[in-house]
Amino acid sequence: MRFSGLRVLKEGLTGNKGWRPHWRDPEPKPEYDIVIIGGGGHGLSTAYYLARDHGLKNIAVLERGYIGGGNIGRNTTIVRANYFLQGNSEFYSHSLKLWEGLEEDLNYNVMHSQRGIINLFHSDGQRDAAARRGNMMISQGDDAILLGREELRKMVPYLNFDDLRFPLYGGLYHPRGGTARHDAVAWGYARGADQRGVDLIQNCEVTGIDIENGKVKGVQTVRGPIRAKKVAMVAAGRSSQVAAMAGMRLPIESHILQAFVTEGLKPVIDNVITFGMGHFYISQSDKGGLVFGGDLDFYASYAARGNLPTVEHVMEAGMALMPMIGKAKVLRSWGGIMDMSPDGSPIIDKTHIDGLYVNCGWNYGGFKAVPGSGSVFAHLIATGNYHPASTRHRLDRFRTGRGIIDEEGKGSQHNLH
Amino acid sequence: MRIEGKGLIARDHRVSFTFDGVRYSGFEGDTLASALLANDVRLVARSFKYHRPRGILTAGSEEPNALVTIGSGGRQDPNVRATVQELYDGLEARSQNRWPSLEFDLLSVNNLAAPFFGAGFYYKTFMWPRAFWEKLYEPMIRKAAGLGALSGQDNADCYERAFAFCDLLVIGAGPAGLMAALVAGRAGADVILADEDARMGGRLLAETYEVDGKPGHVWVEEVLAELRAMDNVRLMTRTTVAGAYDHGTFAALERVSHHRADRGAGAPLECYWRIVARRSVLAAGALERPVAFRDNDRPGIMTAGAVRAYLNRWGVAPGKAVTVFGNNDDAHRTVRDLMAAGVHVAALIDSRHDAPEVDGVQMIRGGQVCGSMGGRGLEAITVRRTSGEERIQTDCLAMSGGWNPSVHLTCHMNGRPEWRRDIASFVPVPGAVPGLRAAGACNGAFSTAACLREGAAMAAAALEDLGIKVPQVATPDAEDTPYALEPLWAVPGKGRAWLDFQNDVTVKDVKQAAVENFRSVEHMKRYTTQGMATDQGKNSNVAALAVLADATGRGIPETGTTTFRPPYSPIAIAALGAGAEGKGFQPQRFTTSHAATVARGAPMIEAGLWYRPSYFPKPGETDWRQSCDREVGYVRNAVGVADVSTLGKIDIQGADAAKLLDFVYTNMFSTLKVGRVRYGLMLREDGHVMDDGTTARLGEDHFVMTTTTAAAGEVMKHLEFVAQGLHPEWDVSLTSVTEQWAQFAVAGPKAREVLNGVLDTPLDPTEWPFMSCGAVSVLGVVARLFRISFSGEQGYEVAVPARYGASLFDILVKRAEALGGGPYGMEALNVLRIEKGFITHSEIHGRTTAYDIGMGGMVSAKKDCIGKTMSQRPGLEEPGRECLVGLKPVGQDGRLLAGAHIYREEAEPKRTNDQGYITSVCHSPTLGHMIGLAFLADGPARYGEIVKMVDGLRGVTTLCEVVNPIFFDADGGRMRG
Amino acid sequence: MRITCPHCGERDHREFYYKGHALALERPAADAGEAAWDDYVYLRENPAGVTRDLWYHEGGCGAWVVVTRSTLTHEVLSTEPASEARA
Repeated sequence: MRFSGLRVLKEGLTGNKGWRPHWRDPEPKPEYDIVIIGGGGHGLSTAYYLARDHGLKNIAVLERGYIGGGNIGRNTTIVRANYFLQGNSEFYSHSLKLWEGLEEDLNYNVMHSQRGIINLFHSDGQRDAAARRGNMMISQGDDAILLGREELRKMVPYLNFDDLRFPLYGGLYHPRGGTARHDAVAWGYARGADQRGVDLIQNCEVTGIDIENGKVKGVQTVRGPIRAKKVAMVAAGRSSQVAAMAGMRLPIESHILQAFVTEGLKPVIDNVITFGMGHFYISQSDKGGLVFGGDLDFYASYAARGNLPTVEHVMEAGMALMPMIGKAKVLRSWGGIMDMSPDGSPIIDKTHIDGLYVNCGWNYGGFKAVPGSGSVFAHLIATGNYHPASTRHRLDRFRTGRGIIDEEGKGSQHNLH
Repeated sequence: MRIEGKGLIARDHRVSFTFDGVRYSGFEGDTLASALLANDVRLVARSFKYHRPRGILTAGSEEPNALVTIGSGGRQDPNVRATVQELYDGLEARSQNRWPSLEFDLLSVNNLAAPFFGAGFYYKTFMWPRAFWEKLYEPMIRKAAGLGALSGQDNADCYERAFAFCDLLVIGAGPAGLMAALVAGRAGADVILADEDARMGGRLLAETYEVDGKPGHVWVEEVLAELRAMDNVRLMTRTTVAGAYDHGTFAALERVSHHRADRGAGAPLECYWRIVARRSVLAAGALERPVAFRDNDRPGIMTAGAVRAYLNRWGVAPGKAVTVFGNNDDAHRTVRDLMAAGVHVAALIDSRHDAPEVDGVQMIRGGQVCGSMGGRGLEAITVRRTSGEERIQTDCLAMSGGWNPSVHLTCHMNGRPEWRRDIASFVPVPGAVPGLRAAGACNGAFSTAACLREGAAMAAAALEDLGIKVPQVATPDAEDTPYALEPLWAVPGKGRAWLDFQNDVTVKDVKQAAVENFRSVEHMKRYTTQGMATDQGKNSNVAALAVLADATGRGIPETGTTTFRPPYSPIAIAALGAGAEGKGFQPQRFTTSHAATVARGAPMIEAGLWYRPSYFPKPGETDWRQSCDREVGYVRNAVGVADVSTLGKIDIQGADAAKLLDFVYTNMFSTLKVGRVRYGLMLREDGHVMDDGTTARLGEDHFVMTTTTAAAGEVMKHLEFVAQGLHPEWDVSLTSVTEQWAQFAVAGPKAREVLNGVLDTPLDPTEWPFMSCGAVSVLGVVARLFRISFSGEQGYEVAVPARYGASLFDILVKRAEALGGGPYGMEALNVLRIEKGFITHSEIHGRTTAYDIGMGGMVSAKKDCIGKTMSQRPGLEEPGRECLVGLKPVGQDGRLLAGAHIYREEAEPKRTNDQGYITSVCHSPTLGHMIGLAFLADGPARYGEIVKMVDGLRGVTTLCEVVNPIFFDADGGRMRG
Repeated sequence: MRITCPHCGERDHREFYYKGHALALERPAADAGEAAWDDYVYLRENPAGVTRDLWYHEGGCGAWVVVTRSTLTHEVLSTEPASEARA
């Protein structure tokens, strides 16, 4: 069924009786060409692009719970392409371009909204770093504008220009950055993949990966064994557990990231704003809630919930930067499990096991990468070659030291990225 | 309408308030909701999506409808629940989300378009034409969405934060909580009893129960009097325990001043508490659930418990002809209470065919309310029974679908409540929050007697855990009627029946979600927005779940439940972030010369948490460059003085101190002689540069290390880690002495002259060669002197105990000025170091190796050190890496910009041609043109090559020559001289 | 979250800095080889369950503390000074 305004009208006039499931709930088949472990954003988009770009149909996405139930359904929904290191720059640029055609492509309104992102800076040194970043964005073909203090004031007059602890020097403005409705992205990809014949299998936890003579043969699941020619691990915060089934240790540590939403309010914040000194980022959703977050809780955890010191720090940053949001009331907080990599950048690669692929290490930037990640990972799985936008996300870069992509410059301590 | 003589309000304290500009009066003890009802105001809000007229549904913080805005300007407070807001004289409340007025809201046209606005409709439309989403559809949706509004002004109220600790935290002061507090209090335990209400007592204030043979509220007062008299018990009213966190930590919000017309200067509006409790008892009660039937959202339709609360606690009859509709015995109490108060009850409708008889009222057994009529308030209902449908004129419907235990806090640590079929509700699983026990209604025990018993028992269990002797406390007599109900979630029929009132989610929406395969409860919630309104689904989640279970042919336990997340009820950002406004966000660190520096008019800039002077302006100078150039001239030609106390200083002592340094620095320190200083480079274990600085050997077993300002804390942690974690066998101790010593750089050809004026023994140049150090006496004070230079000139740093810093700075500056020099700031310091090619964290930014900065040779081959092995990975040492070079423009006037990228002269400036980037630039007054430090692919091999700097952001392209990064005095003769 | 510092007693976790897994205490020899170093610096067991990790009592006594705790529930099972914790 194709979605459109006309269809909504027609259904509305006929009692909304014609709607159909957005995706099927098939029984797992005994064998697939490709099994994808993980029905989050990245797993779903990988399946979608395998089908769309490579004509592959015999694919299953195995999800332990319900599809889209991981970080794709609990994030601050920011979409951007503002990285400055080779490896990230071209990748996120590729991803943003996919975002820009996503609604038409999926026939699903994911509410991608290019509201613009402003990264604030607070010293000469930070301005220089912002300039380095902005110049890379421009040379990659993306957009960046360096705002001085007064230009910034015109755009976002409600920031604390007068007595902020770290004064506002300006901001790096990325007009094509913005937000999207996170759940819709998962559902849109799920529906698109399903329509192209991919089996989405929920409540199907993988309990083992079958490997013979260095080649992957299939997986064991709570719903029985499934043979597969290729297996792709796309398990985000649970990547280490999945990889352990293949006898692998990954350079990943799982951490909590909390995020917050306030009660609905009439529009006050138009852009996405990030406050580097406070590690704080905020936007306002179409429903009116302020959606914001900050830094990790810092300790390794799978609890998917955090503690108060981080809550307080995030709120402090909000109060410092924009005291006008003080009376906005936090409605809900939540925590996601982040697969933190030791350089803050993802891993999209083959493994030493023939037919086994890995996609992980999204830190807390995985949402915006969903289209790009699926597209380049599908390319790798289908063709065996690295997509031009993802030649550097190698698993062995830490061992060899070649092509480490450390945007934060924090080194091998996972929680500092 | 108010009922004379009823309620717990202060009839002798009349207060006046406005709602939407109309003046009304109420009494002290009223909430805004009770006062509005007393004034027969029923329409108080509009719903989120359809802008349906809405009234007051509940009498507590779970209220989904009656949200209003209080106050204006910097005090404007949106989305305040009228059911929680206490009345005060002069209170001004306004309705929200309507235009032009509450009575006549143009957006209520949405209600007519409801067939097109079903669950998830927006995912299926607004896609064409593509540009219209951002230009038309989305702005329209954003404008229509949201409830109240922020004023846009800075928040004008004060907030506070506090910590509290206790043996036992009791959450909720109804019968269970009061008994728990009483038992623990009498045991001598340190108790905190917190309740969100202004008045403790819970449902005992809202019902006509007797406890211990007295009216419930009288018993409450007696218990509170006893608790108040105990030093070990703290009663916290208006305090919502909002979140449960690890190891007995709870977040709580105390509404300190929301009920006061005059808050008093500096009094906080709210206080956010972090309560650490060794044990806790959850006695949060239960919330009554509405029943879904067609048009069940009209003003005048309320929960039955709310009707009793308004009647018994506030003396208000919410209608003239009230109907009661329920599926349980508890709802019958409403009829009795209303009749006893002389309010006409039009009918009692019980969906159970075997419901017990209630005298004196028209009773419809096995009936279901299947529709409501009225404009902006309820006028009539339709009741369906086996014999047909019947219309009943009524202006208030009290409905009860049963009660949901308030399990919310037990879900905050991932606990999943269990379904109890007999009460058709979820109850907490023991141990869901370690140390917390649920008691009373929140545990599924609904009778007053059961609440009292459980409260006492759970407190006793907690005391036993803590090893505190449990006192004998008799449980008072109270009603102990069994709770009997037959589940009724949604009355079948046409039209829309509301589940989530605020978000306008109806039974149809949930069913449609199921049809579209949003069958997982989380999918349904997200697709329909069910439970995502400001009440977090407190009123609606269980019913929605039941509808979903029915639609998918599963039972409720198999369908599962969405979870509740903190906070229990919404908390202002200003409360959670209290104290961070303005400069309060992070501590401010000031050097001993701060006051003198500010007095000289120097603009201060942030350096980490420290403040340092940018430059010291002189009269007549019109921009910073003039001041900076002059200050550079001081150092190059005469003498300059700078406060360098912000650099980290770590005192390292012990027999193995040298071993530690050999291990953390790439180069050798054990060979350093006493009285000498050496520059050291420190790597992270991953082989990249962590920090650099000088370390002086003051004695055989005594060193003092200098770190950069930015990395002081990180280096201290790192050294402690090495000493404690990797080599605990070493005899070494580390102390941060950054704050203990004030340290000043004195640099320039006349530096020695300045110092000789303060040193008790003049410097003998032969005894004080470059990179020497030692103890000296400065005007009688024991001091340290280091002959080091970050400027390339003859330089010293003199350190005195911090208490002498201010006066030494003053003396040094005056002496320097007398010699044609003076103080210099960060701008000049930066120019001086760039001219010399010295690096800062602009260059060692965490991605560079010793090899990259041209210091590969400093990694000693003779020993292991942190980071050495990993720095030798092939990728970190091979050709093609971007390495440090100097850049100077071709032509004197060429402009360099930090952050610009470098390309080959003929190359197009695109990413794939990128050759590097500029890290630091300055105008060099010494050389008369701009200079820059940059990282360039294979840089050191390219000296003399012309490259192109491109700054696309600022539209600048400059041809530059690649040069050695040491622009000035390459052989270092000046600093050794 | 509350952490018991072996020297100072039970403290709020605000006082602590977190580094990562306690395998950081098992530094390989310089010549242990590429695999051993990759294991040490980058690869992680990342257990969903009991782990041992390193916390620094930065806002207190300056001790590095090995905390044995669950990454699933955050329950702390034991703490000991890093200086005594090496296997």
